[in-house]
Amino acid sequence: MAAAAILDVRALRKSFGTHDVLRGIDLAVAPQELVFMIGPSGSGKSTFLRCLNRLEEPTGGSIVVDGVDMMAPKTNLNAMRRRIGMVFQSFNLYPHMSALGNVTLALRKVLRMDASAADAAGLAALTRVGLADKARSHPAELSGGQQQRVAIARAIALEPKIMLFDEPTSALDPELRGSVLAVMRDLRASGMTMVVVSHEMRFAREAADRVVFLEEGAIVEQGPPGLIFGPEAGARTRAFVSEIGR
Amino acid sequence: MQHSIFIDSFFKPEIIERYAPDIARAMLVTIEVAVLVVVTGIALGLLLAVVRSFRLAPINFLIVIYVDGFRALPPLVLVLLVYFGLPNVGINLPSGAVLWLVLSLVLGAFAEEIFWAGILSVRKGQWEAARSTGLGFAQTLAYVILPQAIRLTVPPLTNRTIAITKNTALGSVIGVPEILNVATTTQSFVGNATPLTMGALAYVALFIPVVLFGRWLETRFAWRRA
Repeated sequence: MAAAAILDVRALRKSFGTHDVLRGIDLAVAPQELVFMIGPSGSGKSTFLRCLNRLEEPTGGSIVVDGVDMMAPKTNLNAMRRRIGMVFQSFNLYPHMSALGNVTLALRKVLRMDASAADAAGLAALTRVGLADKARSHPAELSGGQQQRVAIARAIALEPKIMLFDEPTSALDPELRGSVLAVMRDLRASGMTMVVVSHEMRFAREAADRVVFLEEGAIVEQGPPGLIFGPEAGARTRAFVSEIGR
Repeated sequence: MQHSIFIDSFFKPEIIERYAPDIARAMLVTIEVAVLVVVTGIALGLLLAVVRSFRLAPINFLIVIYVDGFRALPPLVLVLLVYFGLPNVGINLPSGAVLWLVLSLVLGAFAEEIFWAGILSVRKGQWEAARSTGLGFAQTLAYVILPQAIRLTVPPLTNRTIAITKNTALGSVIGVPEILNVATTTQSFVGNATPLTMGALAYVALFIPVVLFGRWLETRFAWRRA
């Protein structure tokens, strides 16, 4: 592991009432690394991602992003959140704005860019996801795959240090997933650090540096995809992978 | 003849001609009060809904008490209570101001509840997406949540606004020279129902355009939902 991790999580815990969703997660992610998280539903993968930018308030532990302690009271959360791109299962595009409006809102209101600079940066981000021609379209006029790519553009326009993907293709029909995964591959190739929660095992095999298997709020096993998806993996990992692979 | 009795009782030409200017002046009073009530009532409702979304328990408790109280009480009771009660504590408001104040508070209460329901109906993912890009709470509310919430509130808010502005007729019990007051006064003066017919027609002339405007707003603000 490189010394200067972009993301360094230690002993992260999260409880909802008496239910412990995360039971002490340690995870360090190096620059340009793609960490892929798998696990049964309810294992805490999504909660883990949502704790990283504190959309969900962790119960305990530490999170350091690009050298900044996310849990420190003096940390400017809004300033940090724009350095942590997040892509949601349900896209969550703003339905009352065009694709370009979705991408430029934070550029204008958080980075305080003027309209023309924001539009230029927004168009550049839409171009990266192959949707420059849809800049004026509203979300309802776009397919699910296109909506998710706009959501990715919305995140990368802010030039984040790390991107979090929370089941980005789970709400999509199979034939629409490819375009989203292709954009994610491009991002990876451009050197983006990524943490991906997903069931796209083929993508994990091809693109992940490391696969982390999470169960009942704890990391059971982690390693390169060849190990996790191979015969040497632990019994629980193998059981889960074969279940998904069917 | 039956026919002419009907005309003479409800549409007597001489009376219409003679009192049309009075009714027209009363219409202006009704319009003036109604417009002011719509502006202040909706502004108050929106302001309170925004304050409520910050979820400060003691403040929200007060808002809920106000909202439920003013939604529960008949506006006529409030009009009489304020008009005859305030002078006892040394506050003398003209009857028109009392009518405006009471109806604004009533519309504000209903509008708050409608805006609040709109804010709550915007999916949580919208908040999360906006906050994850670094937008603050107030920015998210202003640019992402309220534009969607307000669209959802247009139909119920239009209906409620029409219902409450029609209550300007309550001004007749405290002497505001609005349509109903002038119509009833004239009716007892001339001993004929024609002024009341004129009043009814004045209301129709005023509120049909408002209803149509509400319809237009609903189509204007509807957007294709994902």
